[in-house]
Amino acid sequence: MIEKYNMPDERGHFGPYGGIFVAETLMPPIQELNAAYQQYLKDPEFIAELDADLKYYVGRPSPLYHAERWSRELGGAQIYLKREDLNHTGSHKINNTVGQALLAKRMGKTRIIAETGAGQHGVATATVAARLGLECVVYMGAVDVARQSLNVYRMKLLGAKVVAVESGSKTLKDALNEALRDWVTNVDNTFYIIGTVAGPHPYPAMVRDFQAIIGRECRQQCQEATGRLPDALVACVGGGSNAIGLFYSFIEDESVKMYGVEAAGDGIATGRHSAPLCAGRPGVLHGNRTYLMADDDGEIIETHSISAGLDYPGVGPEHAWLKDTGRATYVNITDTEALEGFYALTLMEGIIPALESSHAMAYTMKLAPTMNKDDIIIVNLSGRGDKDMQTMAKREGIEL
Amino acid sequence: MSRLAAKFEELAKTGRKALIPFITAGDPRPDFTVPMMHAMVKAGVDVIELGVPFSDPMADGPVIQRASERALAHKMSLRRTLEIAAEFRKSDQLTPVVLMGYLNPIEAMGYEGFANAAQRAEIDGVLTVDLPPEEGLECSTLLKARGIDPIFLLAPNSNDERVKKMDAAGSGYIYYVSLKGVTGAGHLNPADVKNKLQQIRANTRLPVAIGFGVKDAQTAKTIAEIGDGVVIGSALISIIEANLDDPEQAKNKIVELLASIRQALDSVRMTEGGGLKTENNLQSPVRHPLSSVNGAYE
Ligand SMILES: Cc1ncc(COP(=O)(O)O)c(C=O)c1O
Repeated sequence: MIEKYNMPDERGHFGPYGGIFVAETLMPPIQELNAAYQQYLKDPEFIAELDADLKYYVGRPSPLYHAERWSRELGGAQIYLKREDLNHTGSHKINNTVGQALLAKRMGKTRIIAETGAGQHGVATATVAARLGLECVVYMGAVDVARQSLNVYRMKLLGAKVVAVESGSKTLKDALNEALRDWVTNVDNTFYIIGTVAGPHPYPAMVRDFQAIIGRECRQQCQEATGRLPDALVACVGGGSNAIGLFYSFIEDESVKMYGVEAAGDGIATGRHSAPLCAGRPGVLHGNRTYLMADDDGEIIETHSISAGLDYPGVGPEHAWLKDTGRATYVNITDTEALEGFYALTLMEGIIPALESSHAMAYTMKLAPTMNKDDIIIVNLSGRGDKDMQTMAKREGIEL
Repeated sequence: MSRLAAKFEELAKTGRKALIPFITAGDPRPDFTVPMMHAMVKAGVDVIELGVPFSDPMADGPVIQRASERALAHKMSLRRTLEIAAEFRKSDQLTPVVLMGYLNPIEAMGYEGFANAAQRAEIDGVLTVDLPPEEGLECSTLLKARGIDPIFLLAPNSNDERVKKMDAAGSGYIYYVSLKGVTGAGHLNPADVKNKLQQIRANTRLPVAIGFGVKDAQTAKTIAEIGDGVVIGSALISIIEANLDDPEQAKNKIVELLASIRQALDSVRMTEGGGLKTENNLQSPVRHPLSSVNGAYE
């Protein structure tokens, strides 16, 4: 099947997906970014600085932890958790922001902008901006500002300006729209750090390459711990950066099954979900062609998920390609099921996962029992649940 | 010859500048748009840009965003926008209509299905904000085969290579986005626009319409001295927004504003033709390449 995987092509296409679909004013900065990225990707000094930051600032490598009790309880495959929750700032998002911030610095940009849903990418961006002394503006849907207020406060502490976006559905997609509007207005001095594998080329490839450290480490750690490759990979999919980060190093290994878990919200049948790969159609939004949640007229449909970080109507174009080719399988998990995953990991392993990651945990609870005891699943624990304490407490009727 | 080419040729011959209003189809209500289009023609506009509402108008400022939201609340769509254009065409065979919008509604309809529907509605041009020529070849080939002009944008940061690309890919006219920003922003700088137009003219023979940031007769006049046409959008939609409970009043005020701009634009022609100086006289004259009237643009 896939012997040598070398997507995307020069113009950012993953088969029919990806590409560059932006207004003309953004073409020059995108070309400038692509040139810089191609250059520094091969620059030993840049790579050395990135590696050092990942080690000493982010705290990599993150452990691959054998969840023995949970595996036993589920009675099937051995479950290993990739502990991205232990990174500085609490999720995988910082792998990417550290990389893009180093690029911004080399390109002489003085101002950083970002969009955020759960606030994890916003916090990771504000963090690197603070460290490099760059001005930072984060766009966040007003709905998300309310449900992730802890992260809003963190960003402010870190010196970032958080702009609550009141247009459209007031969630992640609207934050992205507003960030694009800012970029178009301030192209000369501004670097847009996109938080997932979406947007126009080179973002999907670039963010993947910065996140691919997750899978590279897993390959080695799994070999060390078990002497072989895993049988299955599981990760939640919002825009798809933690998932592709885990998958990328295994794409050519046919024996390794890959499962991307989308948010089914109230259930696919209700229409209130965020699962474009499972229940959407191809289209163009935010600079690339991919699967989208849109109606027959091509208008984007409002999404729903308990987790702000998965509440997005699109998905990275590489996942669209991996779906069409059959290399990866995309499944979905409802809000209710995600909560079961959340409690299971918390009580079984003493690890409180982010609500986004809880979707991957919930799917693992379905998958593991169908596999043999000597099979291996690696699940990406993309982030920790601290940011969701208010949401969870409120659900339980507790005022914090 | 396409309606757009014919229109710009006629304008060039008489030394007039194109007045191009932009309104969003179905804003504030679906039945407002066709009468508004006819009224704008009476007020002296040359080409109409009809905005196709989209849920995520990434290149638009708040005014046009809200116009889209109002139209969408009435279930406006690309399909219904085409119906509006066809309805307008029944009683106006002359005024070119250009659809301006985002790609996803066209993707949903399918490129060929869209091109056929646009031809049936007698659309003259299609400007898709998020479809640069690199990705747009398939769609623009289908449009051109049906006599519809694909119109592309240029921006203040577009280099020579980009201008040449638009020249090769586009037809009808080029839409020059006069500032780095979204529609309706307020920091247009005439001196910058003038410099940029020289670079654009050196690389294309297509007429250049200038938009983004044109709000009143005075700016329109200044801009018209530089380009071949002026696009005015957010200023018109602001009038609609200020008169949501009285669309008839909105229509009258829009006609009034457009008429005053028409007058200002025509004074550019008269001033130039009569050799009189205006306060905004060009320092380094740009000659329109299509112009057969020698000196008309100096
Ligand atoms: C912990 C965590 N996991 C996953 C995601 C989803 O993003 P992606 O699909 O790009 O990994 C987010 C986004 O906010 C997140 O915070």
